[in-house]
Amino acid sequence: MRVERGESGPTLCPTTLSSVRLAWPFSFRRVPGSPPQQGSTRMQAMLKQRSGVRAAQPGRRAVQIRAVAAPVKAASASKTPLVTPEVAKDLYYDMVLGREFEEMCAQMYYRGKMFGFVHLYSGQEAVSTGVIRLLRQDDHVVSTYRDHVHALSKNVPAREVMAELFGKKTGCCRGQGGSMHMFSAKYNVLGGYAFIGEGIPVGLGAAFQSKYRRDVLGDEKSDSVTCSFFGDGTCNVGQFYESLNMAALYKLPHIFVVENNLWAIGMSHLRATSRTSGDHDPHIYKKGPAFGMPGVHVDGMDVLKVRQVAQEAIERARRGEGPTLIEAETYRFRGHSLADPDELRSKEEKARYLERDPIPQLKKYMLEHGLATEAEIKELEAKVMEVVEDSVKFAEESPKPERGQLLENVFADPRGFGIAEDGRYRYQMPGFSSGTAIVS
Amino acid sequence: MTVRDALNSALDEELARDDKVYVLGEEVGEYQGAYKITRGLLQKFGPDRVKDTPITEAGFTGIAVGSAFAGLRPVCEFMTWNFAMQAIDQIINSAAKTLYMSAGQINCPIVFRGPNGAAAGVAAQHSQCFASWYSSVPGLKVLAPYDAEDARGLLKAAIRDPDPVVFLENEILYGQAFPVTPQVLDKDFTLPIGKAKVMREGKHVTLVSFSKMVGYCLKAADTLAKEGIDVEVINLRSIKPLDKDTLIASLKKTHKMVTVEEGWPQCGVGSEVSALMMEHAFDELDAPVLRVTGAEVPMPYAANLEAAALPQIDDIVKAVKSIA
Repeated sequence: MRVERGESGPTLCPTTLSSVRLAWPFSFRRVPGSPPQQGSTRMQAMLKQRSGVRAAQPGRRAVQIRAVAAPVKAASASKTPLVTPEVAKDLYYDMVLGREFEEMCAQMYYRGKMFGFVHLYSGQEAVSTGVIRLLRQDDHVVSTYRDHVHALSKNVPAREVMAELFGKKTGCCRGQGGSMHMFSAKYNVLGGYAFIGEGIPVGLGAAFQSKYRRDVLGDEKSDSVTCSFFGDGTCNVGQFYESLNMAALYKLPHIFVVENNLWAIGMSHLRATSRTSGDHDPHIYKKGPAFGMPGVHVDGMDVLKVRQVAQEAIERARRGEGPTLIEAETYRFRGHSLADPDELRSKEEKARYLERDPIPQLKKYMLEHGLATEAEIKELEAKVMEVVEDSVKFAEESPKPERGQLLENVFADPRGFGIAEDGRYRYQMPGFSSGTAIVS
Repeated sequence: MTVRDALNSALDEELARDDKVYVLGEEVGEYQGAYKITRGLLQKFGPDRVKDTPITEAGFTGIAVGSAFAGLRPVCEFMTWNFAMQAIDQIINSAAKTLYMSAGQINCPIVFRGPNGAAAGVAAQHSQCFASWYSSVPGLKVLAPYDAEDARGLLKAAIRDPDPVVFLENEILYGQAFPVTPQVLDKDFTLPIGKAKVMREGKHVTLVSFSKMVGYCLKAADTLAKEGIDVEVINLRSIKPLDKDTLIASLKKTHKMVTVEEGWPQCGVGSEVSALMMEHAFDELDAPVLRVTGAEVPMPYAANLEAAALPQIDDIVKAVKSIA
């Protein structure tokens, strides 16, 4: 653990994955009114350092964390690039797609093409791209209502996502899900949940299935993993803790990805979450070791760092070593939703994070390391605009669902609609459904 | 065969038939089941298929639901349905609604089961009947077995069903034995979901009920027969979908109906039956549909108060006589 002084105050470099593993056997036996007893001099030294730092800076309120992922590398100083040109271009394309798509959503919403609750991801692209572009098609992703970009990173076609947002029948959920409920059986996106915290146990279930397939059904190749994405607010919901416990208990191939953007609507993370013992601020990643899994903090505005951390977590999970908790420090450039006036966040905070925009960061990296030329980058951006504009055109021109679609897909077994007057099952009556439900 | 053994044998056979089926819940494994419904299953199928969970309703229900989305067929046991209130988010928002939200892509072949309704002296937080709550949710199927035949047939049908099924058992019935035919004992015996059963034919009044109250209705029918009132007793078996056609056919015979349930009166199952009969068979009714329900109170502890809060055989007899 190191404590550095940054330009605007002390910053905290949290532990890397491997050193967190070493740090597990700490036990704090608390006696009320007295400081915690620890067995390790390393911990004592660290606490002393930090309390000294705190004493030197009274009244510091803002969370200032410059996070480093393992292995520790200053990206621009190194000569060898961390990724190949193909990977870099894929990452860049995906982040720009996420950004342009979300910005287009904002435009469409204010033009009345989209309605209801829409929560945009602008600014957080590095987390979605950094984690999901490492996954295979058979890996699962679960998210909350801020799920458009997770679906896009998982390869759900932009056309289908946009049409879904417009409420058209060509949408990925035929207009029945909407912004907050993106599902794709083909790409294994298991939602899209409005209730934060609800998705995490569902994600554990998909990971459970992967392990069950190997242990019980005898499929030795079964090593798919599941990533659940959620925010800092979710980390106070009971289902989060229940899930941490069970993921570690059952050693599930599941990765908890906390997108800590410091705000849950208008509630600051600092006001909502208690501080972890011995810290100035609440640290979510530290809750991992309490449940028996590594907890890692990463700079969520740097896609390459996120990718490094995610890579290690995914490989751990595939090897059968169990779950990981990743806390990505990130920021949403827009309000909680398109209806949020976003009055509580300070201009200074927004400006600070705008400077760390992940897309220009990656662009700079690619140019400096010769991973792409200016022309190639412009080509990628042009391609994205083409895809996004095409998706809007497609959504506009697509038909709305017919009224008959209302009753479809309530049950997989259409017999669930009961028995008709003549004694036959209702689904057997002609014209009951246009045949989307499959009877097993 | 007791209802307990009926459920146990059904679980045993379904676990053997399809290795994607697994059971999870509190105390289902080493403890042999809080009510011994899963007795012997851990020994037979191992800890990977009969999983003991921590006390984490929302969490383990979510895991079960997520694994069902991903292709497994869990049987999720709640120690009682009261505790499922901690998991109701997963039952309704995830399990019931996802097929619709995903427009048919992702179904949830899960069975949620456990004892429902009042037991004996377990007081307010352990005695609620949840039939009417769950039966109002589109996307769920709600079943309530009465005897051993119901228990076997409906549970096996539920496990084989591709949709989420809420399976409401009754603790008092677990120990009761009922005669079973060889057909019921067949390992592929299932009952159709959505069909009620006429337990006893009659011509003067129709009694409609489910779960433990079916037994009470049958006893009330015996009492009433001595006074010359011939009662038809219908066991709903399936609260959702509700077999209104069987009810209407019965009403056409008797022209009078009384519903009996343990749960609270407002918006109960009886309210739904009453509305349906009025809408679809108004001219067949010679009297309003009467509802015999539990009292509008949280369940008291004292034995005499508890008896006063639940329908008794006398209450059913009185209700029938008032319109017979």
